[in-house]
Amino acid sequence: MTFTQLAFYFFAAVLVFAAGMVVTIRNPVKAALFLVLAFFSAACVWITLEAEFLAIVLVLVYVGAVMVLFLFVVMMLDINLDRLKEGFSRYLPIGGLIAVFMVVEIAFVLNSGGFGEGALPRPAGHVEGFSDTRELGLLIYTDYVYPFELAAVILLVAIIAAIALTLRKRPGTKYLNPAEQVTVTKADRLRVVNMPAEKRVRGKTEENGEDDKE
Amino acid sequence: MIPLTHYLILGAILLAISMVGIFLNRKNVIIILMSIELLLLAVNMNFVAFSYYLQDPAGEVFVFFILTVAAAESAIGLAILIVLFRTRRSVHVEDLDMLKG
Repeated sequence: MTFTQLAFYFFAAVLVFAAGMVVTIRNPVKAALFLVLAFFSAACVWITLEAEFLAIVLVLVYVGAVMVLFLFVVMMLDINLDRLKEGFSRYLPIGGLIAVFMVVEIAFVLNSGGFGEGALPRPAGHVEGFSDTRELGLLIYTDYVYPFELAAVILLVAIIAAIALTLRKRPGTKYLNPAEQVTVTKADRLRVVNMPAEKRVRGKTEENGEDDKE
Repeated sequence: MIPLTHYLILGAILLAISMVGIFLNRKNVIIILMSIELLLLAVNMNFVAFSYYLQDPAGEVFVFFILTVAAAESAIGLAILIVLFRTRRSVHVEDLDMLKG
């Protein structure tokens, strides 16, 4: 057994274990941490496939950004743990049965010969000095430049949607807009009123029943 | 050496685990979102494996795009979750029956 084989089976075992823990563990924070382990192991499996750039991107984007987002949300929300696992054991037999059947069926199809060692042997691997990043970059900026731009637009839409969804206006706060305060002029705040002095009307006040002391 | 089938079966196992996760955690939106992330990871595993064994880097480009879409999806999903929690004070799927469907 070569080192690559050993590494692949070890990381695959860790990946399957971590994925199983994600879906069965009780605490969502621990589930998020196991998801980090699963993504990290998947990145290691991708290294055995000589996809270094994607492995690093998986670690940076998923472990670094998305999982931190998950942990942030899980810790921010007040989750009732007791209610979360209701019906867990009720669906475990049927869910497990379907999963085992799916894996067995897919394995059966895959082992029928089309993807085996005879049909698709493992390539010799890239020569020394080959850069996966360079290869991907050349493809992305030439053949796939239009999907690449679309991916950028999707990210922009995600940013705007996330901000627009979580933005809320609170009517009760006494927030002052500094920009409006700075640009205020005398005309906005002060109104000079020119009005004639009123004549005192003696008879009218007496009619109202008020005594004029002055 | 490792045959391609082992990578594909690893992807299939991941797919099955994440589907079971959606079955089992029907009450918890957060775990369902995590299961969807695992589902996309299983797809990516197949793409990378085929890309290597067929010596065609186009598969890795597709993984790149799937990662982008998955990141956007999880960001929007978590934002919806926060809005949901703000209005309903809970993230249980049972409590989300405003539409009476």
